[in-house]
Amino acid sequence: MLRHTLCILLPVVVVLAVAPVVYRNHLLLFNFIVFMTLAQGVNIIYGFTGYLPFGYVGFFGAGAYGFSLVVMHLHASPFLALAAGGLAAVLLGLLLTPLFRLSGAYFSIANLAAALAVLQVVSNPALEHITKGPYGVSLSGVFDPDLAYAAALAILAATLLLVIYLKNSRFGMALQAIREDAISAAMAGINVVRERVIAWLLSALIAGLVGGVFAWYISVFYPETVFSGEVSIFAIVFALFGGTATIVGPLLGVVILYGIYNAIGISTPQYFQLIYGLLIMGLVLFLPTGLVSLLRRWGIDVP
Amino acid sequence: MLTYTIFAGLLFGLYFSLVGLGLNLVFGVMRIVNLAHGDFLMLGAFLAFWLFNLYAVNPIPTIAIAFTLFLLAGLPLYYLLVPRLLAARDPEMLSIILFFGFSQVIEAVATIAFGTSERSIPGIALGNAVQWVARTFFGASYEPGPVTLVGQSFPLAWMASGLASALAVLFIYLYLYRTRLGYLTRAVMVSREEAISTGIDVHRVSAIAFGIGIALAAVAGIFAPFMLGSITPAMGVDVTITSFTVIVIGSLGNPLGTVLGGIVYGISYMFMQSYFSSWANLLPYLLLIAILLVRPSGLLGRQVRRA
Repeated sequence: MLRHTLCILLPVVVVLAVAPVVYRNHLLLFNFIVFMTLAQGVNIIYGFTGYLPFGYVGFFGAGAYGFSLVVMHLHASPFLALAAGGLAAVLLGLLLTPLFRLSGAYFSIANLAAALAVLQVVSNPALEHITKGPYGVSLSGVFDPDLAYAAALAILAATLLLVIYLKNSRFGMALQAIREDAISAAMAGINVVRERVIAWLLSALIAGLVGGVFAWYISVFYPETVFSGEVSIFAIVFALFGGTATIVGPLLGVVILYGIYNAIGISTPQYFQLIYGLLIMGLVLFLPTGLVSLLRRWGIDVP
Repeated sequence: MLTYTIFAGLLFGLYFSLVGLGLNLVFGVMRIVNLAHGDFLMLGAFLAFWLFNLYAVNPIPTIAIAFTLFLLAGLPLYYLLVPRLLAARDPEMLSIILFFGFSQVIEAVATIAFGTSERSIPGIALGNAVQWVARTFFGASYEPGPVTLVGQSFPLAWMASGLASALAVLFIYLYLYRTRLGYLTRAVMVSREEAISTGIDVHRVSAIAFGIGIALAAVAGIFAPFMLGSITPAMGVDVTITSFTVIVIGSLGNPLGTVLGGIVYGISYMFMQSYFSSWANLLPYLLLIAILLVRPSGLLGRQVRRA
């Protein structure tokens, strides 16, 4: 565990902490942090428990709106508001725990529907006095990109630490056992329901915190920005591309795919969408366990 | 108001069952989730749009053209994607991701080809088509305009779409229950393994079911400009979610349950539109979650879910 912390977490955090000094486009670096954290959040729930959260963005959006509402209505400090964002996502996660009675595709689709339902509620003009409805939120009062960047980096570090813990602990092993065969895992004395819900809520908390810090950093956004289905999809595909249930897989996926996205996706989004779609199809058909499995096949051991 | 709501709901319900039917056929036969379903519908809508604008082809002959084209396109597509997918460890889950990728490809190609602007087909096109059908096949004269039913007046497009959908559902019923190929298809739906062991060419049956599935989506797409509003390359996602709601209500893997699902959905949609219009967009999502939680096997379903 110490080895993983030193060899993976430390270099990633140091590079991202130093990068703003040498690289001007801070928003881009910030987005890399956001997606690395989200991809790891998906990794926790999909990689370790096998539930594919197609509506993962619901937690991200809940976090962003939790943050914004507390700032707008209570004029709270950003750190308190971040906690509120995390709390909002965890509450949404608790609300959605009945979905675990569903399996496979049913769970994914219900989760997607839940995220879209939250978007419909938040962006409804009837709630304009609370959420500002479809007209978006402006948080110029707490605008402080440097501090928000540092907070995002701290959240990424904590998330990585959590994934390293999962990879090296009884708890993580238990989750993977549940993923492989829930009934056998229960026979072996694992409390299936409790462990699964803990992983789910941790994953929601991560997305909520990231959503909050995202709201803080960009400070002006619309409901569609923070509930964009693209966020879930990006996070899932990045995690899958690198390889789930690993520590470096999702990071690798973000660096490569989000890198490509920024190289060609901004100027010609439809060509990126095309390449991206083809990549996803190729991935599922030829490399369903991710890049890391390819490296392992070549005899390079990757945690 | 109430009669109007119920009948309009029924017409929309028939249309929504056509929208969901193909998705359910594919899921029932292959146990995979075609997340690109809505995008095939979008392609069907654009086919109707271009045929009408370039060659002045009415929406009704377009049905035959779209059905044939998409059925033929579906066969190679099946052999390209599905057998490899079914060999994987968790086909159901991977199919979501695979077809999501495919839907991205379709959407991107459509955006490159058609641009992002919203298109629509004038309602008179359908009116003329109905007039033509009435004259040629029934020798009746008919003036395009709203249709009066049970003392209420409904747009012609709703009637025509509802009727065409009902015919398509009937066609699928006859295919599944009155032809040999349909008989084999139902065998594969009940148990893929047993179908293989009795010597059924499962891949051939599945490929045809896949082709029919996306062809039905394309046919539903022809009526999309009249029923769902203007068409854009990005409309697929919402349609896919709606289709999902419809087939989950009816019950997954039971194509005829889709009709019930569509009608329940259509009537509740119209009620929301009439009485709580600002929250109507929430309906599909809430209905979907509620049904999944209360009765995951759908209204008509047997218990299909494991664990």
